[in-house]
Amino acid sequence: MQCEDMSESLAGAAEGEARLGRAQRRHVERCLRCQAEVVQYRKVLRAMRAMRTDVLEPAPGLLADILAGLEEAGERHAVRSLLSGRRIAYLGGLAAATAAGAAGAIVYATRTRRAGLAG
Amino acid sequence: MADLVAAAKDGDREAFDELVRATHADTYTLAYRLTGDEDDARDVVQEAYLRAYRGLRRFRGDAQFTTWMYRITANCAATHLGRRARHRHDELDEAAAVADLHPDRDPQLRADADDLRGRLRVALEGLPPRLRAVVVLRDVYDLPHEAIAAELGISESAAKVRLHRARNKLREQLFPRRDGETRAV
Repeated sequence: MQCEDMSESLAGAAEGEARLGRAQRRHVERCLRCQAEVVQYRKVLRAMRAMRTDVLEPAPGLLADILAGLEEAGERHAVRSLLSGRRIAYLGGLAAATAAGAAGAIVYATRTRRAGLAG
Repeated sequence: MADLVAAAKDGDREAFDELVRATHADTYTLAYRLTGDEDDARDVVQEAYLRAYRGLRRFRGDAQFTTWMYRITANCAATHLGRRARHRHDELDEAAAVADLHPDRDPQLRADADDLRGRLRVALEGLPPRLRAVVVLRDVYDLPHEAIAAELGISESAAKVRLHRARNKLREQLFPRRDGETRAV
């Protein structure tokens, strides 16, 4: 077992995600370099986790820009809904008018035929 | 926050605006850490909240709203950086990005290098974006591998490889090897 074979395992072991095999553990027990690497990985991981609570101050105006963008998106959505609602109503009206026209034509044709048969 | 999320899902815009007020600094911080640039971070954050607003009905609530925002932000940042790289044709390779960092030339970087967290920030900014994204999302924001892979559009195994490379580069930069270090026989 060489140090180069250990690198990925050491990072995982420092995180607590991976357990070292017996041969790997024996190597680390004898190797100061690998022991130092585990300690270094732990320090890096601890420092990374600590960054979680570091929150940067956003540039001024960012919140206002976000809210304005949402407002615009909300208005565009409302306009699209309104237009699609009108379109549906228009198409519905057309369909109703067509159906009414067709029904009227059928009634007229029927009456005409009856009148023709009677006459 | 759960109440605000429920109200926002029901269409309450004010509730969503409150969610934005409560989380925008955190979201901006992640965006800045992923992009390394204030202007890019602003663009990413605005896009992220628009996407969240449009997709809020699909948010099942099985994760925290903040975690969901992290995923959206990661996806937006990856898209934004990909677009910018294609536009500028200036993709950095891994070796070049690390070599470009010279703390002793920049007084601000030198001041930042005084402590481990400061040096870590410097080292993170020196990572190529592809590696930085994975290590920040995993080690700072504790996102699982499959979520990172999904938002960055890569396989889980690729995410793990990048994570290992990023951690190794950070460690080597923060703890440079001295000559004559002991090796096991």
